Amino acid sequence: MQVLSTRFAEKRCRSRRLATRVSATLLFAALAVAAAEGDDFAQTVARLDTRDYDEKASVAIELVAMRHDRAGVVLSALMDGQLYRHKDSDQIVIATKADRGFDLLDALTGEDLGHVGRRDVAKIGVNNALRGTLRGLIAQLELNDPDVDARVAAIEAVGISGDESMAEALRSLRDTEPLDEVVAAIDTALALLDLDSSDPSSVLAAIAFLDSDLSAHVRTKLTGLIAESDNEDVRQSARQAIASIEARARRFEFVEHVLFGLSLGSVLVLAAIGLAITFGVMGVINMAHGELIMLGAYTTYTVQSIFPRAIEVSLFVAVPSAFLVSGLVGIGIERSIIRFLYGRPLETLLATFGVSLLLRQSVRSIYSPLNRSVTTPEWMSGLLEIADGLSITYNRLYIFFFALIVFAGLHLLLRKTRLGLHMRAVTQDRETARAMGIRTGRVDALTFGLGSGIAGVAGVALSQLTNVGPNLGQSYIVDSFLVVVFGGVGNLWGTLVSGLSLGVANKFLEPVVGAVLGKIMVLVFIIVFIQHRPRGMFPRRGRAAEA
Amino acid sequence: MFKWVRTDLGGNILLGMLLLASIIVPVCNLWVAEDSFFSITTYTVTLLGKYLCYALLAMALDLAWGYCGILSLGHGAFFALGGYAIGMYLMRQIGARGVYGNPELPDFMVFLDWDALPWYWVGFDSFWFAALMALLIPGLLAFVFGYFAFRSRVTGVYLSIMTQALTYALMLAFFRNEMGFGGNNGLTDFKELLGANLQSDVTRVVLFLTSALTLACGYIGCRSIVRSKLGRVVTAVRDAEDRTRFLGYRVEHFKLWIFTVSAMIAGIAGALYVPQIGIINPSEFQPLNSIELVVWVAVGGRESLFGAALGAVLVNYAKTTLTAALPEVWLFALGTLFIVVTIWMPKGIVGLLRRWQERRSGDSQLPATPESDPPSSKEGTARA
Repeated sequence: MQVLSTRFAEKRCRSRRLATRVSATLLFAALAVAAAEGDDFAQTVARLDTRDYDEKASVAIELVAMRHDRAGVVLSALMDGQLYRHKDSDQIVIATKADRGFDLLDALTGEDLGHVGRRDVAKIGVNNALRGTLRGLIAQLELNDPDVDARVAAIEAVGISGDESMAEALRSLRDTEPLDEVVAAIDTALALLDLDSSDPSSVLAAIAFLDSDLSAHVRTKLTGLIAESDNEDVRQSARQAIASIEARARRFEFVEHVLFGLSLGSVLVLAAIGLAITFGVMGVINMAHGELIMLGAYTTYTVQSIFPRAIEVSLFVAVPSAFLVSGLVGIGIERSIIRFLYGRPLETLLATFGVSLLLRQSVRSIYSPLNRSVTTPEWMSGLLEIADGLSITYNRLYIFFFALIVFAGLHLLLRKTRLGLHMRAVTQDRETARAMGIRTGRVDALTFGLGSGIAGVAGVALSQLTNVGPNLGQSYIVDSFLVVVFGGVGNLWGTLVSGLSLGVANKFLEPVVGAVLGKIMVLVFIIVFIQHRPRGMFPRRGRAAEA
Repeated sequence: MFKWVRTDLGGNILLGMLLLASIIVPVCNLWVAEDSFFSITTYTVTLLGKYLCYALLAMALDLAWGYCGILSLGHGAFFALGGYAIGMYLMRQIGARGVYGNPELPDFMVFLDWDALPWYWVGFDSFWFAALMALLIPGLLAFVFGYFAFRSRVTGVYLSIMTQALTYALMLAFFRNEMGFGGNNGLTDFKELLGANLQSDVTRVVLFLTSALTLACGYIGCRSIVRSKLGRVVTAVRDAEDRTRFLGYRVEHFKLWIFTVSAMIAGIAGALYVPQIGIINPSEFQPLNSIELVVWVAVGGRESLFGAALGAVLVNYAKTTLTAALPEVWLFALGTLFIVVTIWMPKGIVGLLRRWQERRSGDSQLPATPESDPPSSKEGTARA
C-alpha cells in the first residue's frame, strides 16, 4: 500500500517537473531570441536531447557546420555516453561518474557545475549507428582544428586507423592546407592508407614513400604486408623498406647515445670541475663539494620564490647569486677549518665530511626535508628536433653549452689573469711564492672560494634536471671524485675529457645492460683503471707530479 | 704475554668491562624480576650487543687505519658482506614458514618467479659453511682489491676514494633484484639460528655473550698482531712507507695482509650483527655508514685498539639517545664531532687522556706526540 502511494507521488512529482521543464524551455527560447548568435549553438545542443536518432545525427551535422570550439567536446561526450540533461535547470551537461552520483560540467562553457545525485540527470542516449556518424564527424572536426599540433595529431590518427573513408577528407584538406608541416603529415597518412589498397602499384608507391619513416605503426603495417600480401614485388619492397628503416633507426640510436652521453657528461663535468680546482689544484679533499652544489640549487629555488613573476630571467640572477653563496660558504670553510689541515689530506676528508653533514641538516631544517621544485623557464623547456625521430631537450642542450662556457671561463681565469697566476704559483711552490710576496693565505681562500663557487653554479644547472633536495649533493660526490681522479688530478682538460667520456660510456652501456648495472660497470672500470694508472689519464709530469 | 697485561691498562679495563657485562647482563635480564630497578630489558640487551658488534668493526678499521695508515672508506662493505652471508643462512632456516610457504625458495625469489635456487645460495643451509663464508668473502674481496691497489701503489686519498667507490658499487649492485639477495628489502623475517628461536630472551642473551666474547678475542688477537714484530713493520709502513721499502721490506705484502685481516674481522662483526638486528639490506653498504665508522675510530682514538671500541660505543650511544630525543640535532652533532675531533683532538679521547696523564705525572722526558706540534708543516710530511 505504501509502495503504491509513493509511486503515485513520484508520478505526480514527475508531471510537475515536466511542467517546469516546459516553462523553462519557453523562457529559454525567449532569452535566445534576445541573445546573440552564440546562443544558436546552445539551442542546437539542446536539440540533441531527443529520442529520434536520425534527428540527433542531423543536429550533430549542424553542430559541426557551426564550427564552434565546443562542438568537438560535446560530440565526443555524446559518443562516450557522457552527455546528460540536468533535470532541474534543463542544461545540457557533461557528467562523469563519481561516488554514486555525477560530477557535472556545463556542455556549452566547460564550467564546473558541482556534484549531483544519480537521479538529477537524464542521459542523452546513443546507439551504434549514431556512434559511427559521430566518429566521422569528430575526426572531421579535428582535422580542421585551428591548432596545428592538434590537426597533425588528428591526421596521424586517421593514418593509423586505416579508415579508407577518411582519405577523401584528407585529400580535400591537403588542397587548402597552407602549412608544409601539415601537408607532410597528410602525405604520410595517405601513404599509410594506400598500404591497404588493392592496387599493387599504389601500394608500392606508398612503400617507397614510407621507407624512411621511423614510427612504430609504419613498421607494423609493413611487417603485416610481408606476411599477408600475395604480391611478390610488394613483399620484396616492404622487406627492403624495413631494412632501410632499421638502418636509419640504428644510425639515429647511435647519434642519440652520443648526444645523451655528452649531455650526461657535461653534467658530470659541471659537478666535477669545481672539485678539479679544490682537489686537483689545491689537493684538498672536499667532501662537502656535493653540498656546495646543493646550495647552488637551493639558491635557484630561493631566487625563484623571491621573484615568482620573473621566472624567465631568474636563472640569470641565480647563476651569480649561487656563485656568491657557495663561494662565500667555501671561503668560510677554508678559513675556519681547512686552513689548519693543509698537508693532512685524510683529516681534511673527515672534517669536510662533517661540514657536509652540517650543511645538509641546515638545509633540511630551513627548507624542510622534502624536495623543492624549481620551475624551468619557457625558453629552456621543449624539444629541439634534429631530425624525424631524433630530438634533444632544450635544457640538456643549454646545460651542455653552459658547461663548456664555465670550463672555458675557468681555464682563462687560471691562465690569463693575475689571480690565476698566483693560484698556480702557490700550488706549485708555496714557500717560494710567499717569498715573492704573494699572500698565500688569501690566495688559498680565494682558490677554494672559486672552486666552491663553481660548484654552486653547477647546482643551478642541476636544479633544471633533477629534484632539489637535501641529498642532491650526495648523489654527485662519488661521481665527481671519480671524474677528477680518472682525468688526472690537477688537470682541467683531463676533467673535461674524462667527464664527457664517462657520460658517453654510461649511455652506451645503459641500453645493453640496464642503468644500474651500467653504472656499476663504469665504477668497476674506473677502479681497475686507477689500479693500473694511479695518476689518471693525463698525469702531471715533471716537478709538479711530486707535490 | 704477561708483559702485555702489565703494560696495557686501557685494554685491561676493556676486557674487565666485557667480563663484567657478560655477568651482569644475563643475570639482570633473565633472573631479575621485570619491574625491578636492576632489570635490563631484552631491547637493551640487543642494543648493547649491537654496540659490541660496532666496537669490533671499529677495531677492525683501526687495525688498518690507525696502525697501517690505510684509511678505508669501504669497511662498511666488508661488514655488510659478512652480514649477508649469515643472513642467507638465516633465510634458508625459514624453510616453508615464509609467506608463500615454499620449502625450497625464500619469499623474495618466489615473488620474482624464480624456479630454482641460484648456485651461489647452495651450501648456505649449513651454519658452518655460512660462517666460513662470512669470514672468507670479505677477506677474498679485500685480498683481490688490496692486491691490485697496493701493487700499483695506490695510496692515501686515492685509496680512500676507491674504497668508497667500491662500497658504492656494491650498494647499487645489491639494490638490484636480479642479484638474488632480496634487492631493496634485503634479507629479513628470520626465525631461528641453529634451531634456537631468535625472538627468545635466552637467544638474545647468548648472542650478546658471543659478541662480548668475540670482541674480547678480537681485541687480544689484534693486540698480539700490533705488538708483534710484524706489527712494528706495519707501523713503520704507516709512518714512513718509502723508508720501510728501502730497508728491504715488501711494503705491499704487509699492507695487503693487514687489510685482509681487518676486512675479515669486519665480516665477523657483520655476521654477529645481523642475527641480533634481524635484517640486512643494501643500505648497510651506504658510503655514509663507512664514513661514520671512521668517526667512531677518530673519536675514540686511533692508534689504540680499545680507543676504537670506546669511540664506537660512545658515538652510537649518543646516536641512539639523540635520534630518539632530538632527531634534528643528530646530524649537527655528528658533523660538529667530525670537525672538532679532526682539528682539536686528532688522537681522540684516548689521546687526550694520555696527554693528561703525562702532564700529571710531570714526566717531561716523554717525547711529545707529533700531532701536538702546531700544524706548520704544510709540505705533507705528516701522512695521516
